[in-house]
Amino acid sequence: MHIIENGNTAAALGVKLCRAKVIAAYPITPQTPLTERLSEYVESGEMKAEYIPVESEHSALAVCIAASSAGARVFTATSANGLLYMHEQVQWASGARLPIVMCVVNRAVGAPWNVWNDQQDSISQRDTGWIQLYCADHQQIIDTVIKAYWLAEKVSIPIMVCYDGYILSHTYMPFDLPDQKKVDEFLPPFKPDYALNPDEPANLNTVTLPDVRLDVQGELAHGYMEIRYLLQEDLRTTLKDAAEAETRFARIFGRSEDPYLEPYRCDDADYVAVGMGSITYQMRVCIDVLRKEGIKIGIMGVRFYRPFPDEAIANALKRKKGIIVVEKALSYGYEGTLASDLKSALYEYLAGTGTLPSVQNFIAGIGGREIHTNDLTQILRAASQGRVSKEPTWIGLKL
Amino acid sequence: MQVKTNILSLPTQEFVHPGTRACTGCGLSIAYRVGLKALGKDTILIVPPSCLTVLQGLFPVASTKLPCLNVTFASTAAAATGVLATLKTQGNDHTIVAAWGGDGGTSDIGLQALSGAAERGDNFIYFCYDNEGYMNTGVQRSGTTPIGAITANTPFKGKQQQKKDVPAIMAAHKLSYVAACSAAYPLDLYDKIKNCMNLPGTKYFHIHIPCPPGWGYDPRYGIKIGRLAVETGYYDLYEIINGEFRLTAASEKLLEKRKLVPVREYFRSQSRFKILSDFQIDEIQKQIDAKWEGYYKKGE
Repeated sequence: MHIIENGNTAAALGVKLCRAKVIAAYPITPQTPLTERLSEYVESGEMKAEYIPVESEHSALAVCIAASSAGARVFTATSANGLLYMHEQVQWASGARLPIVMCVVNRAVGAPWNVWNDQQDSISQRDTGWIQLYCADHQQIIDTVIKAYWLAEKVSIPIMVCYDGYILSHTYMPFDLPDQKKVDEFLPPFKPDYALNPDEPANLNTVTLPDVRLDVQGELAHGYMEIRYLLQEDLRTTLKDAAEAETRFARIFGRSEDPYLEPYRCDDADYVAVGMGSITYQMRVCIDVLRKEGIKIGIMGVRFYRPFPDEAIANALKRKKGIIVVEKALSYGYEGTLASDLKSALYEYLAGTGTLPSVQNFIAGIGGREIHTNDLTQILRAASQGRVSKEPTWIGLKL
Repeated sequence: MQVKTNILSLPTQEFVHPGTRACTGCGLSIAYRVGLKALGKDTILIVPPSCLTVLQGLFPVASTKLPCLNVTFASTAAAATGVLATLKTQGNDHTIVAAWGGDGGTSDIGLQALSGAAERGDNFIYFCYDNEGYMNTGVQRSGTTPIGAITANTPFKGKQQQKKDVPAIMAAHKLSYVAACSAAYPLDLYDKIKNCMNLPGTKYFHIHIPCPPGWGYDPRYGIKIGRLAVETGYYDLYEIINGEFRLTAASEKLLEKRKLVPVREYFRSQSRFKILSDFQIDEIQKQIDAKWEGYYKKGE
């Protein structure tokens, strides 16, 4: 069934369809309409779940961590400083291998205060051991939430479903509302390997030594390093599980996407712009304009950011002349993180093959600065004619 | 009339294995052991980093026979909420959720989450075991370290501020049950836990925990010192049921006796109070006497 709704509602409907059992949230703009919808579903009885209005984001994720450890499918959502306030819990959730799904409605972080969109919040959580997925429209938001639960529970790793504040969260778009029966077929009830339970006592997340140690039966148990290595190992193989999620999803819902990347007019392109989130759809307009001018340019949206689909990206960008990475966040003191990650993947797979493209980095829309499509077109035109700068170039900067 | 448990009627079933990693003479070992007996087998525990994390042992060995979720320092009460929420969705209304945090984890870093859970009325029991400092990290001052105590970060002058009254803060949340207990009176703790089981919402227990390395005394005197704190009227055993305050156990007896042991004896039993002058002790004695005058009047 096609409906017209805003991005936050798309996310809320996805969570409802997935039958999350425990929801905990603390209000922060622009996430609030999402969690308000969920509280409506729960209070009206439309959704059978516990909705916990916690006193902070730190506690929101604490509730999810504990509820998930006790065996429930859980959900939370946040933005900006709320996510930063969760940071300790974010690390805890992945270390404890809990399949939590959290929407991050992307917003700039303080100081100074700014409530508008960029992606510094979720990018700053890149290295926390979570899977990070970025959405470019409402259909992707609702579908990604559903896929995220399946994937998180398959690999026991939490997932952030990220989408741009306002640009997606507060705008209305038509999208297909998946059928509940199909969602139930795609996503069976959550059955964890272990859940807190007095009949089967266990001490979870206890102090773990640097080295391996014998248990009471005389078997060697993991040290901290082994546990952390397995998180990394499982994150790397998650890329394969993501492909399986996509195949399953396509079979049941009849729509499919590349699990990691979203190319547009890339096949014969000499230049490819790369980005994450709504900006990749905005740039399609620029690509169409530049194509008419005879510039062979395409755009590659990155939907799967962690684990990083390095091989898929390197293969997709092989033999291109230049890559233009446009980002709404950066690693302060260096450059955009996507640009850095991309260069690393290209070097690994293409160095010495003579097919290594040049990479340029542009920073845009920081703190909600409007990204004019004309400016983007100009930048892409200039970048496809030669290097603009070694340092990342800030689009629309008024200094 | 409530049944008063004695050492013979205390259940023999143990939920803490012998030979934990707690220090010799640790007051928490007593309170935890007896507390878990009262809670029983159908319990899920929540523990933030604290002395209890150490007591419970290092992976993959555990000293507790109940399921336990170790959580971050500031999230204890919120984690209790999370476990409860899942139990609710499973239709489980019998399993008890019990959080055990230290005084730093409760009165300082965990207070926000605890206040949030208490305000929401989440149905669990919170135990603050109060050894009056960050003992696990090497005896630094906490919100409940008493005035005059030398700690690792109040090294020469001792703590200059009053002890934070956490049970009073929790009572201000209009909880159905708030209790102050001591490791030196484990049966009082046991009876109070049994007492609060069927009350709704969050139940709060504050337990005074003598700590040999943190307080500076020979481990064999832990119970004696814990009792002195009560017999001097310095630390009171009480419960507040739906707003009704009453002294219990040895504190209740003091009401009849009307004779407090001089608090000097308590202070002189531990090296942490060595810089307290006679004048300062006299001042504290006056405060204790005034507090007890209030109790006596209320009792009349």
